[in-house]
Amino acid sequence: MDNLTQKPSDNLNIVIVGHVDHGKSTLLGRLYADTGSLPDGKLEKVQAICRQQGKEFEYAFLFDAFLEEQEQGITIDTARTFFGWKGRQYIIIDAPGHKEFLKNMISGAARAEGALLLIDALEGVKEQSKKHGYLLSLLGVRQFAVVVNKMDLVGYRQDVFDGIEKEYREFLGQFKAVPQQIIPVSAKLGDNIANRSEQMPWYKGPTVLDALSSFKKEPGRSEQPLRMPVQDVYKFDARRIIAGRVTAGRVKVGDSLVFSPSNKRATVKSIEAFNVEPPPVEGHAGQSVGITLDEQIFVERGEIASHQEALPLVSTAFRANVFWLGRKPLERGRRYQLRVATKEVDCEVASIHRIIDTMDLSQQQGSNVVNRNQVAELTIRAKVPVAFDLSASFEATGRFVLVDEYDIAGGGIVTELVHDDQEFLREEARQRDFAWVKGEVGVEDRAQQYGHRAAIVLVTGGRHTGKSFLAKKIEARLVADGRHAYLLDGGNLRRGLDADLSEGERGQAAEMARRYGEVARLLVDTGLIVVSTTNPFGMAYVEAAQAIRTLVHPVPVIAVHMSKAPEEAPPNTDIVLSGPTDFDEATRRILEELKRRGVLAQAIGAKPTFQYSI
Amino acid sequence: MQHLRQLEDQSVYILREAYKHFDNLAMLWSMGKDSTVLLWLARKAFFGHVPFPLLHVDTSFKIPAMIEYRDRVAREWGLKLVVGQNKEALAAGMNPAMGRVNCCTALKTNGLKQLIEQKGYTGIILGVRADEEGTRAKERYFSPRDKHGDWDFRDQPPELWDQFKTTFPPGTHIRIHPLLDWTEINIWEYIKAENIPFIDLYLDKGDGTRYRSLGCAPCTTPIKSTAKSVDDIINELRHTTTAERSGRAQDEGRGMELLRKDGYM
Repeated sequence: MDNLTQKPSDNLNIVIVGHVDHGKSTLLGRLYADTGSLPDGKLEKVQAICRQQGKEFEYAFLFDAFLEEQEQGITIDTARTFFGWKGRQYIIIDAPGHKEFLKNMISGAARAEGALLLIDALEGVKEQSKKHGYLLSLLGVRQFAVVVNKMDLVGYRQDVFDGIEKEYREFLGQFKAVPQQIIPVSAKLGDNIANRSEQMPWYKGPTVLDALSSFKKEPGRSEQPLRMPVQDVYKFDARRIIAGRVTAGRVKVGDSLVFSPSNKRATVKSIEAFNVEPPPVEGHAGQSVGITLDEQIFVERGEIASHQEALPLVSTAFRANVFWLGRKPLERGRRYQLRVATKEVDCEVASIHRIIDTMDLSQQQGSNVVNRNQVAELTIRAKVPVAFDLSASFEATGRFVLVDEYDIAGGGIVTELVHDDQEFLREEARQRDFAWVKGEVGVEDRAQQYGHRAAIVLVTGGRHTGKSFLAKKIEARLVADGRHAYLLDGGNLRRGLDADLSEGERGQAAEMARRYGEVARLLVDTGLIVVSTTNPFGMAYVEAAQAIRTLVHPVPVIAVHMSKAPEEAPPNTDIVLSGPTDFDEATRRILEELKRRGVLAQAIGAKPTFQYSI
Repeated sequence: MQHLRQLEDQSVYILREAYKHFDNLAMLWSMGKDSTVLLWLARKAFFGHVPFPLLHVDTSFKIPAMIEYRDRVAREWGLKLVVGQNKEALAAGMNPAMGRVNCCTALKTNGLKQLIEQKGYTGIILGVRADEEGTRAKERYFSPRDKHGDWDFRDQPPELWDQFKTTFPPGTHIRIHPLLDWTEINIWEYIKAENIPFIDLYLDKGDGTRYRSLGCAPCTTPIKSTAKSVDDIINELRHTTTAERSGRAQDEGRGMELLRKDGYM
């Protein structure tokens, strides 16, 4: 057999899951031995240990690399083992089935290209069989075979097998999962693993190894519309390289790209690579690439590059199915870090719609927490707009993880966009930005010339808190420092731009905020630092501030909130000033914040060396 | 070739994640085939640059040709090289005769820990591969180490899709393993495909032996082999059933498990 003499180069990641004690390690041991993939001496070494410990040799022991694990009888963590068969190397991510080790099974399955799901013929479909089947589907593992093990213990009876097949197919059908095969085997005795079983002439389907051979490498996502989440921006030499992995579609030299959610646009000038001759002209799904653009635009990690014909979704909220692995339960209202592709942003769970019982897929409503190892349907709300996709259309940009303190504590898939109150303004901004007519002078050119970037300092708060005074002081200080700053006063807008409006129309805060935001957008496009207050909006400043933010996005907004007594500041406020205000100190803090956000160069008069200047 | 490019893309992605998230990052370079491939992948990821220092924990027992190779490559590729050594232990006479695990712990594990502490590194990139030996098969791509550099392999944080553990409490550090999915054959195939310069101790120079795995001179023995080129090595590996590290004495018994739990690479 050629397989014994040649180690192949092609490979496929496989995960083996199923209820504890249904025979995963035995199946692995058998696969390893039957494909001749054991290194010399391994079998003998394990047999010797068994003798030492006075145990009967089992194939399962071959895979338990730690002696401790053999003593305990369960596999502890995700481990990788390898075997070769018919020109392909299989990387087995051994995912244990013990209840408390679900997170390792999920870690394993999340990177698998195919799966084998074991069910014990004697015990039948158990809780873990169902949970693992459901999670495989949630994790995006579409290729899997169900292996009904220990057929020798039920006398190789077809009716037992048929019963399990029927029950399990019905379960999987509820979430539209379809196994490639369902195979009756005895891993211990080697029936239908590498060789066809003589004990089960009634079974005409493939063996386990045949089933694995029929698994395909990941389907080409290159035919989908382009998605390239920006991973980083490098300036190691003269080239300014935007690095990222193409998660779907293709990116080519000459392509016009849109970056979401900033709506920045540019054309791909080159695709950069080290030690590749001739240089590539295209990158496709799966590749980690680097591109340069024809124009110096500021894009940052977390944005998704696409073509304009098929943009990702943008919102602050989405609905999702989430599995939770954290030590602490997931709580509604608590802060987590959300990571979608390369975007990292604070978020909270706005609502827990239901907990899904993976045993019967029944729903439990009205819970405020999701416990470890539970699956739930949630609405997640991020602090700032995020670009993403629905998981049904794009795998990589349609899934996310939640980080609790320092650890990844849960993962999920996006099932639905949740419309937020900024949706219409965001769409207005998007359409306006796409059609925006630009002169020869770019944003970066202006920044170089002025020695700073454009930004908005927006002072919010109730009446008579000193907002206007502070705004004037900041404008004066910035100009004295040689910056280009301008006080945008709401009253001036009312008397000019809004002069045609009736008193009633002027009372509509939403429309007033829109007009205000668009004027601010024009001013920041000239490269100015705009200093402004929410005075014209009275007590509707929270909504107005949000609208202005949406319309000037992605220009930095430094939000300052003033109040006489401590009170809740609007979301995303950077500086809170309550009580009697020391205006010099407040000005200093605002200038610091402008520096921190990369708006101001470090030294006055010096050309900017922004932290993100690229 | 396709499979090598897939491995490369994943490793490059991991390296870029590491560079993005760790301010004080370093890569361990032992001059062996794996960490040299890793170094090459860093140049791939950062377009010809290596934007972090390369650490070598020098036990003083290395094969002299390795040190020559290290200094030459560092010069040619413009690398920032940081060499660490547990001078105290050496002064106290530590050597393999005092017990292999003791010697590895003192000169390599503790040498590395000292270096990490001195320089305050928060991320260390290593070239360990899952197929090398049992404990390494249990690793994550981003694997946390506690304040003492210890590894809690029983309770590792989950790693989902392309999301890794990149946040960590002060005083701890993360070990980053971009080569986890590579096999020994993949390494040589890639060396061939990219024409990566490697140390010639891996080749038979006429006496019918070569090194398959490189470590300290006293604890590493050459194997019988007539492989004189990368092609010969690949061909030999395709047909061997001997474990890669069979020439590495530290693996005997439960050596590696004990060593790695305490922070060995």
